[in-house]
Amino acid sequence: MLAGVDMSFITYLLNGISLGSVYSIIALGYTMVYGIAKMLNFAHGDVIMVGGYIIFTIMSTLGLNPILGVLIAIILCTLLGMTIERIAYKPLRRAPSLAVLITAIGVSYLLQNLALLIFGAEAKSFTSVIPVKPLSLAGGRLSISGETLVTIPLCILIMTSLTIFIKKSKIGRGMVAVSEDKDAAVLMGINVNKTIAITFAIGSALAAVASALMFSTYTNLSSTSGAMPGIKAFVAAVFGGIGSIPGAMIGGILLGVIEILSRAYISTQLADAIVFLILIIVLLVKPTGILGKKIQEKV
Amino acid sequence: MLEVRDLQVYYGVIQAIKGVSFNVDEGEIIALIGANGAGKTTILQTITGLISPKQGEVLYNGVDLKKLPAHKIVSMGLAHVPEGRRVFSQLTVYENLLMGAYTRKDKDEIEETLQHVFKRFPRLEERRGQLAGTLSGGEQQMLAMGRALMSKPKIILMDEPSMGLSPILVEEVFDIIKSINKSGTTVLLVEQNAKKALSIANRAYVLETGNIVLEGAAESLMNNESVKKAYLGE
Ligand SMILES: Nc1ncnc2c1ncn2[C@@H]1O[C@H](COP(=O)(O)OP(=O)(O)O)[C@@H](O)[C@H]1O
Ligand SMILES: [Mg+2]
Repeated sequence: MLAGVDMSFITYLLNGISLGSVYSIIALGYTMVYGIAKMLNFAHGDVIMVGGYIIFTIMSTLGLNPILGVLIAIILCTLLGMTIERIAYKPLRRAPSLAVLITAIGVSYLLQNLALLIFGAEAKSFTSVIPVKPLSLAGGRLSISGETLVTIPLCILIMTSLTIFIKKSKIGRGMVAVSEDKDAAVLMGINVNKTIAITFAIGSALAAVASALMFSTYTNLSSTSGAMPGIKAFVAAVFGGIGSIPGAMIGGILLGVIEILSRAYISTQLADAIVFLILIIVLLVKPTGILGKKIQEKV
Repeated sequence: MLEVRDLQVYYGVIQAIKGVSFNVDEGEIIALIGANGAGKTTILQTITGLISPKQGEVLYNGVDLKKLPAHKIVSMGLAHVPEGRRVFSQLTVYENLLMGAYTRKDKDEIEETLQHVFKRFPRLEERRGQLAGTLSGGEQQMLAMGRALMSKPKIILMDEPSMGLSPILVEEVFDIIKSINKSGTTVLLVEQNAKKALSIANRAYVLETGNIVLEGAAESLMNNESVKKAYLGE
């Protein structure tokens, strides 16, 4: 039955879904922080880069177990995200959003330059942390990489657990309340600052997971390696409807698939331009993104 | 129980509250009436810590509420039903009610309060699984009041609970406020509907552009000529 299907197309599709899963996981960080703190944390992409260097140092420089590297990266990125929020964003809670945006860009450059200072300008070659063998199908004509075999189910697992956490746990419901109406949430006795800190912690922990998955496939690690995936994940979040968790998933996967298919069938150079062009078209048709709700401005 | 002393609140350079003092004793219904823009909402928001005053004190059983972070105030027994209801539209009726009990720990006690709230508002029980955003205005007002009751408050501040409701619902809301008060909760009621507010209050304060211009027993204010003219449409 599969005989008539072009195997290379299926390969591209799977690679696209896999890359898109990574974008989804990163996009969660943008979308949750936006939903709750109403700010765009442009330093989020650079946390991925930091995660990459942490894993690289533990695994390649110190020669320790890669899974240990991932766990330590998750812990350190969580702390990094919370520190950034505490030092850079919290004092700006009542500041105009432009001031917050400029600060976020500043934090982004700070992280990039610190990485440049510590690890140097020469790109490192990341070794995959995923110990899964590729799967060979259709008599060897279709091969699925171990990275893809891990990334896609892991992304589904993350999305499902996060959705359940937000729906069912007290902290999760507190997050929904804060994202909808901060003042009303305060009247319920919810500590808004703590809720925002938890959101940054979750987003940054997920960024570390994303960095392990992404650098295992795209192994070039430098101080700017987080920037482009960061921007694309942000686009994915807007694409799916910023503030929406299923939106981040749909947006991320669509973006990954469009990017890989454009690269394969249209042009390698134009792939990114096509991604952004489609974003513009989607936003023209539906300004709030695919699953976005109408933005409620309070008077 | 609640004492506000020389409260002054600014929005930027504009002074919205110009030295307001009043007090609420245990068991009372106190009405704060005044036209749109008089500063009623600002006063309630300052009491529950959403806005910081430039000057003055808010004492609750002797404790200065200014010294507490806003999210700690509800667990002291002070609940606030905000203007415009402000229910969480993406949460169900049941989840909204649970948010009201956010600071409480004991599950059995929360369940007990929930049953009380359902008894008081049978409509909320019928709609417990429905998203709050899909409720009618009257139902949302009931939910906002029920949510506030979930914290088991000693005093409840209500900001224009009758706003935008049909006359029958207005009647119902005021009956509920009376019965909440009867069961032992002190009420500070902010209203533009002065007639109804005065009819259930013990005492009242009249607010005009950030100043209290009149105060007294609700009955005597109802018979006051200037109140009649300005607020009762007589
Ligand atoms: N967020 C705000 N920023 C600036 N001015 C405000 C704000 N909220 C209220 N005001 C002003 O403060 C005054 C009192 O408003 P408010 O307390 O809402 O009155 P009320 O509840 O009695 O209608 C009004 O003049 C209003 O325009
Ligand atoms: Mg008002």
